[in-house]
Amino acid sequence: MTDLHMNDTHMDDRANRNRLMKRIALRFGLYTLLILFALYYLMPLFVMVVTSLKSLDEIRTGSLLSLPREIDFSSWGKAWSSACTGIQCEGLRPYFWNSVLLSIPAVAISTLLGAINGYVLAQWRFKGSNILFALMLFGCFIPFQVVLLPMALTLGALKIAGSIPGLMLVHIVYGIGFTTLFFRNFYVTIPTELVKAAKVDGAGFFRIFFAIFLPVSPPIIVVTIIWQFTQIWNDFLFGVSFSQAGTQPITVALNNIVNATTGVKEYNVDMAAAIIAALPTLLVYVVAGKYFIRGLTAGSVKG
Amino acid sequence: MTDWLEKHVPKLVLAPSLVAIFVFVYGFIGWTAYVSFTKSRLLPKYDLVGTIQYEKLAASPRWEVALTNLAIFGILFILFATVIGLILAIMLDQKIRTEGPLRTIYLYPMALSFIVTGTAWKWILNPGLGIESVFRDLGFENFSFDWLVNPDLAIYTVVIAGVWQSSGFVMALFLAGLRSVDGEIIRAAMVDGISTPRIYMSIIIPSMAPIFLSSFIVLSHLAIKSFDLVIALTGGGPGYSTDLPATFMYAMAFSRGDIGQAASSATVMMMIVTAIIVPYLYSELRPRHD
Repeated sequence: MTDLHMNDTHMDDRANRNRLMKRIALRFGLYTLLILFALYYLMPLFVMVVTSLKSLDEIRTGSLLSLPREIDFSSWGKAWSSACTGIQCEGLRPYFWNSVLLSIPAVAISTLLGAINGYVLAQWRFKGSNILFALMLFGCFIPFQVVLLPMALTLGALKIAGSIPGLMLVHIVYGIGFTTLFFRNFYVTIPTELVKAAKVDGAGFFRIFFAIFLPVSPPIIVVTIIWQFTQIWNDFLFGVSFSQAGTQPITVALNNIVNATTGVKEYNVDMAAAIIAALPTLLVYVVAGKYFIRGLTAGSVKG
Repeated sequence: MTDWLEKHVPKLVLAPSLVAIFVFVYGFIGWTAYVSFTKSRLLPKYDLVGTIQYEKLAASPRWEVALTNLAIFGILFILFATVIGLILAIMLDQKIRTEGPLRTIYLYPMALSFIVTGTAWKWILNPGLGIESVFRDLGFENFSFDWLVNPDLAIYTVVIAGVWQSSGFVMALFLAGLRSVDGEIIRAAMVDGISTPRIYMSIIIPSMAPIFLSSFIVLSHLAIKSFDLVIALTGGGPGYSTDLPATFMYAMAFSRGDIGQAASSATVMMMIVTAIIVPYLYSELRPRHD
């Protein structure tokens, strides 16, 4: 009897050990897979960085994935100030500033409009306001090809074709839908009784907005600014359609540098230019990733 | 007067944005749709001539390539991004100690412009100095990877780069969904001795149907709008073998000077998007009775 019992615990022990081994093996496999995926996502960035630091000679003779034998920053300098985007050879610098000049006012104005629109649509509803919201939201999803031609004609008629203010207008108009969505979904979570009580106390539309709603808005303001900045900085379609030599945003200039047909193909300069163009949005992502993700998910799922 | 103003302030505040949306979204869509029924070429004409632009479009081999590519790219892009995103989310949901950094790594491509992504992958996939040479150095002397310049296969390189860029985003969506699944049900299932894979297959994944829908909407929308990625990666080539409707429309509008074809192709794109988005928006925005 005792014998049998002992045998039993022995069996249990073995089973437990087996289960533990299996668990460890599973965890090991899991971490291996996760790391392999991480390497896959990091590989292009790694390739870009090492390529940008190699000399052309080393690129031709060495391997895509090898570290540079000697670090050479000259292609960064070239990408920034002397690479050719066509006939001009001023590097990315002027276009970088075009993008800065374009995105700051466009982000500010579209965020401001979104805040006030969202406030109305969430807290001052009127008959038909939900339908208006749906119509605004639909504007976020249209393929922009469908507005390119009339927009080109309109910008021409307004005499701002090919200018930075013209491009700014385009970004503001097609950004309103998303910024309104963000603020509306944020303000809708604030009880409407608050507005009613404030109205009883004699506060008006704007007083309530500035005294009650704006002070609680910083999180959604950050989400909206990050979203809009990323959208506008990374835009290519509007940039390539509505700018001309001299007013192009950085994405268009980058594409021109990479596809410039004159001279030797300088992969290291291309990669340095690509990193420069990506740096601002990458920086925002690294510094404020939480808000970036919140914007992404809010843009696709109703809050 | 002040009373009237007080009462209508919300509408007045909303008005400028609404006017802008009505003109720049709906007015412009209307203009494009109208022009697609005219004989416009270099300049817009406004005499309606029926559906000749659409007939021309249907007869155009280049448009056929663009539509076929959209189907290939759309299906593979949505499929791979969803599967990879889901697998990553499930793996990250297993109490992984380094979840934060890993998530950051999986998602960073979303912060990049498609032009940057295209530039990077164009270099990685280029035959000769790219990934091909890596494999040759490893001893696979005859390894060849020339999809980028092969008219039959170039569209798949767009899939590769697109999935790389967007799968992390799908992961973020699914991870948020996994975190909101009711823990009680899972604990009860575990007590009943149901295995973890079974729990995922029959409880957790089915409960995430709304997330599958959202990610499908976002990804299909990205696929139809894909323009910059193709331009940066293949430029639509070799020839026009990687044209998508978005690049076709752009070529007609700005390099071929054929407004009629540009307007009709844009209208077709608009109809595809509408068919996907309108039912979705309708189901999302209709008042809930619960």
